Amino acid sequence: MEYLIHLAILFAIYAILGVSLNLVVGYTGLLSVTHAAFYGIGAYATAILLTKTGAGFFASVILGVIVAIVVSFLIGAVLSKFKGDYYALGTFGFNTIVFAIFLNWQSLTRGPLGIPGISRPELFGINFANNFNFLILALLFLGLIYFASRFITSSSLGRVLKAIREDETAIAVFGYNTLYFKLAIFVISAAMAAIAGSLFSSYITFIDPSGFRLMESVFILAIIILGGLANLRGSILGALFLILLPEILRFVGFPADIAAQMRQVVYGVILILLMLYRPQGLMGEYKL
Amino acid sequence: MKILETKNLVKRFNGVHAVDRLSIGIEKGKITGIIGPNGSGKTTLINLLSGVLEIGDGEVVIDEAEKLTRLLPRQISFYGITRTFQNVRLFEQMTVLDNILVVVTERNVFASLFEKHTDYHGKIAEEVLQKVGLWEKKNQLAVNLSYGQRKLLEIARTLAMKAEIYLFDEPFAGLFPEMRKIISDIIRELKRENKTVILVEHDMGLIRELCDYTFVMDEGKLLAEGAPEHVLEKRAVIEAYLGE
Repeated sequence: MEYLIHLAILFAIYAILGVSLNLVVGYTGLLSVTHAAFYGIGAYATAILLTKTGAGFFASVILGVIVAIVVSFLIGAVLSKFKGDYYALGTFGFNTIVFAIFLNWQSLTRGPLGIPGISRPELFGINFANNFNFLILALLFLGLIYFASRFITSSSLGRVLKAIREDETAIAVFGYNTLYFKLAIFVISAAMAAIAGSLFSSYITFIDPSGFRLMESVFILAIIILGGLANLRGSILGALFLILLPEILRFVGFPADIAAQMRQVVYGVILILLMLYRPQGLMGEYKL
Repeated sequence: MKILETKNLVKRFNGVHAVDRLSIGIEKGKITGIIGPNGSGKTTLINLLSGVLEIGDGEVVIDEAEKLTRLLPRQISFYGITRTFQNVRLFEQMTVLDNILVVVTERNVFASLFEKHTDYHGKIAEEVLQKVGLWEKKNQLAVNLSYGQRKLLEIARTLAMKAEIYLFDEPFAGLFPEMRKIISDIIRELKRENKTVILVEHDMGLIRELCDYTFVMDEGKLLAEGAPEHVLEKRAVIEAYLGE
């Protein structure tokens, strides 16, 4: 049971990451591979605040969100001038920079040693050290972020984001300053990723930079492509699929000495087949 | 009154003059034709007037007052200008209805976050989609429309803008007669509403039928201007089209 709760918590965290990244990639058509950087910013904000000061978890979530907003605003202002492949490359560079900062700003992040002993939250006498309670908390955050994202995508703003994805020049001709729209959704998405980071560091109680490298961004991107771009429920399904699939493969009777490698191979093959036969993802409306 | 003027407008691509010291004046409330052989700079002119291309040299004057040497695409709707594209540019993976709603709703980021489309927006969309006969298809994705329907949707999108100046870049190209009629009726109606239409077109019959005034371009320069029936008789114009 503990094992299932553990998987469910990881699912909730990655579903938050997927839903929030989908706003940028699926709805706005900006291929971003920098989500892990904001996930990391949230995780480190929580880890540092909880271990170095007596502040509470919820204060640390707010701090993580604020730092992510400031950083994403600065980076987004530059990125929003780019389109297509150049945008993707810019985000690639940014994730690499943030990873290098986590790794090398040792006085703050302890570098590769990571930060241990991050405490679990407590609120109104409920102790979230209990994993089941923590799961409820993670699901609450997921619900909050899902409905906030739905509010965005069903508003006029959401329609403009889609139009930017379809033809940025054409929508500009109709009087939209697309730069502001791209920047706004990038900042909102980063703030949401920071919340997932705070949950992660408090849940695992230890973080190090390796969890926030470029490959992590690619993994989150895989969640939304697999689940379906521009479909929020698709992102949740994608997270469920990619978190559970490797676990299910544990129960396939591969010979013990090659089991780990075989799981990786099968995992890869399943992803390739899915993209081959269902390129729009499990619930997607739109293809890249 | 000249609602739109170009003064010595220049646009070069790698040293080639696509538009070369072009000075023309567009009268308010009239239908003005821009004709010329392929590659004469007509679409470049439309792109310059709509801010899609940066002006190389010269200026654009709006309402005989606003002199602009730099126009951004997002500013042109502020000046009451809207356009269609020679190669139709729709928001493909959005519904027909959303293609219209997106140009009538809020432009401000924060205000748009808290706005859902209202009856007011819906009515505008219904009115323009009814006009082009696409209301029944409002829930279809634009990408699934036929070529002609795509052209009509693009025109409906400009009508929803309630602009003062409409730039139509070859709106009739490749259309069946019924669809051509819908578009020429729309253009005539815009004139009745005292709107200004600039029409890039190859079909001389339509130019004669619709336009009050015509500019002929060749190699980026102004070759001739005047009422269509006079301009189309000019020897230089015939030579530019058919060769000497």
